[in-house]
Amino acid sequence: MLAYAGRILRIDLSTGKVDTEPLKEKMAKQFIGGIGLGFRLLMDNSKPGTDPYNSDNPLIFTTGPLSGTMGPTAGNGYAVVSKSPATGGVAESKAHGFFGPELKRAGYDAVIFTGKAEKLVYAWIDDDSVQLLDAQHLKGKSPYETDVAIREDLGDHYIRVSAIGEAGEKLVRFASIINDEFRAIGRTGMGAVMGSKNLKAVAVRGTNDVNVADLEGFKEFIKMIHERMKGPATRKYRTLGTPENVLVLNALAALPTRNFTQATFEGAEKVSGEYLNERFVAKIIGCATCAMRCDHVAVVPEGPYKGSTSRMEFECLWALGPNCGVDRLDAIIEAMRLCNHYGIDGISTGVTIGFAMDLYENGILTKEKTDGLDLRFGNQEALIEMVKKIGARNGWLGDVLAEGTMRAAEKIGKGAEQYACHIKGLELPGYDIRGLKTAALGFSVSYRGACHLRSGAYSPDVKGKVNRFVIEKGRGKIVKDGEDLYDVIDSLILCKFSRGTYYDGLEDMAKYYTLSTGIEMTPEELIKAGERINNLARLFNIREGVGTREFDALPPKIMNVPIPDEGVAKGSVVNKEEFDIGLDDYYAVRGWTREGIPTVEKLKELDLVEYVHIVKKGEKK
Amino acid sequence: MVKLHERKFVSADPEKCVGCSICEYACSMVKEKTYNPTKARIRAVRLGPLVNLAVTCRLCEDPPCVAACPRDALSQEEKTGIIIVDEEKCNGCGWCIEACDYGAIMLHPETKVVYVCDTCKDLGKPQCVEWCPEEALDFVTADVLAQKARITVTKKLFKEAIEAAGMKI
Repeated sequence: MLAYAGRILRIDLSTGKVDTEPLKEKMAKQFIGGIGLGFRLLMDNSKPGTDPYNSDNPLIFTTGPLSGTMGPTAGNGYAVVSKSPATGGVAESKAHGFFGPELKRAGYDAVIFTGKAEKLVYAWIDDDSVQLLDAQHLKGKSPYETDVAIREDLGDHYIRVSAIGEAGEKLVRFASIINDEFRAIGRTGMGAVMGSKNLKAVAVRGTNDVNVADLEGFKEFIKMIHERMKGPATRKYRTLGTPENVLVLNALAALPTRNFTQATFEGAEKVSGEYLNERFVAKIIGCATCAMRCDHVAVVPEGPYKGSTSRMEFECLWALGPNCGVDRLDAIIEAMRLCNHYGIDGISTGVTIGFAMDLYENGILTKEKTDGLDLRFGNQEALIEMVKKIGARNGWLGDVLAEGTMRAAEKIGKGAEQYACHIKGLELPGYDIRGLKTAALGFSVSYRGACHLRSGAYSPDVKGKVNRFVIEKGRGKIVKDGEDLYDVIDSLILCKFSRGTYYDGLEDMAKYYTLSTGIEMTPEELIKAGERINNLARLFNIREGVGTREFDALPPKIMNVPIPDEGVAKGSVVNKEEFDIGLDDYYAVRGWTREGIPTVEKLKELDLVEYVHIVKKGEKK
Repeated sequence: MVKLHERKFVSADPEKCVGCSICEYACSMVKEKTYNPTKARIRAVRLGPLVNLAVTCRLCEDPPCVAACPRDALSQEEKTGIIIVDEEKCNGCGWCIEACDYGAIMLHPETKVVYVCDTCKDLGKPQCVEWCPEEALDFVTADVLAQKARITVTKKLFKEAIEAAGMKI
């Protein structure tokens, strides 16, 4: 078993006790690494019903089998898994950059943090030496300030740091964990779980070799992938970057605008990838070992936000821009910089603020509740103030919105839930799924809540491979296949931007795995592992009481408010009848009951028999 | 007789280098048969997103590392300019490391003697240059480096004229 470190590190933050245990080959092959290994460790190291902020909720960092190798994108990732404070279900997020390979070189496939430190600490993992150091001087610092301070304190520029900001410390439910300045474990509130443990940062220096099983074969393989990365499969990410989507989706009337009210944005040109690149992108940089380079570093050249710098991607640009009716890129870049500064997920932040703006426009929130802010759509100054308020939980509204749209709607009342755009408690990403209905189905069944990256189900809609205005039989299989593949990708921790470079799909990925680890893996076994991982995540949600059909639901605006814009998508909305057809179809193709519970036969087929008690209990319910 | 320099070394273009560290991985793969940047002969430095540079031995004409070695363990190969380390003589004292302005000569974590870029002499060309996806790394003589700088600056100065004339340069 090469490429893997072969060890799992366990750090009890309450007692300071540190242990390691071996990673067994069977577990490695069955759950691969990344989110798959993380889910397995979460399931086996947590008790049902544990509050996400309880010290018993484990926070698990994992690397992928390829982390630390020269494998492009898979060489540089890590994942964080826990129970989500946003959804109450399974949480996972990945980030690339330089942190993951360092953790692997330190000798770990996973680090399980349990307990809670008495005061704010950071973990300093220096190969075999693991210490918890005082972090009280880092309180309130941004992830990047923390990164710089730790490297200075410890006197080594090459230490890699993954840290939370003020928002994580203050338990903002969508707080992120950030490494390498802009690379975020963004979704599902992992920063808040870290904050609940009084863990400010994880700092790593790893000096061990990472060896692959067949060095010559591996070298040849990655040379091929490197070459493909310079080709058409990654063109979008290397040129305009994901903000290219702004005009693409706008043309399809699928660009959610003003909290999913309209589906086109009149200011789209001004926030387009084209304009961003022409006016703001200063340099495009890359992660460790990646031949693609996609990091569009935007710098505001003039005006009130002069000098504001952030990496810009479509999702956060959309959430803080069109979704809040804001058409000024300088303000959007500043808002994004602030998200990174406080350590909050840009998608959830933008969608939560868009939600508040919607409430304000509809008279549910008034100036008394907004600390005098004129929270109308399009007010970029109010947007920026709100990001600050949420990041630091300042003021009544800042504190309420820091709970995310689902909980904020409950607190605000007065029918606010009708405007809350989330699934399972996680805010929607930037696709108007009223007119992208395969995506609507895909987002609804995603185990981590609303997410475009759990199945990529928007793709057939956007590319016109299906009739995007209906849900019909057959969509279930599209979603399932996408999910299982993405579970493989996120367990290998391949960057999804690179997915097109695997021309032979699973065959390439299986080969990649075997060349590096020496463990035989067929494409069939690999996709089976993906299915196993998806089922395991579902089992966790069922165990926690949030994994059945009623939770695979769409937000009210998606079901009740037809797209008003003139054009191809006018009038489109998801109706209950077609949605039920979609869910039935999906559950059937998954081998689950109509309630969305995996059958005992399915669990046997996937070698998950030890979890049969969960489905039996779920069935009784 | 005046003769142009023949010694070629690896140099990174600061405009192009993005600090991805592929060069480090390629170096350890070729030289050490493993993946481990702490054993690489070239190192990437990132001082923030816009400030990146890979640095390795520049084959100085009057190498301070050689001069600094109290044990005569270092010498410079006449033809190529490569710094040769006599591993028998080197005791890892680190005087050469202190003398080098570029941090290009380092103490090997396992052998405990110093090591430095040899431009992959045995392979004909430096493998970091081969792998660099940005073509940010060049294997060049000092003269070619100067030529490139002159061309770049001239292009900048005549940018408008070149564009106006629709010239492809």
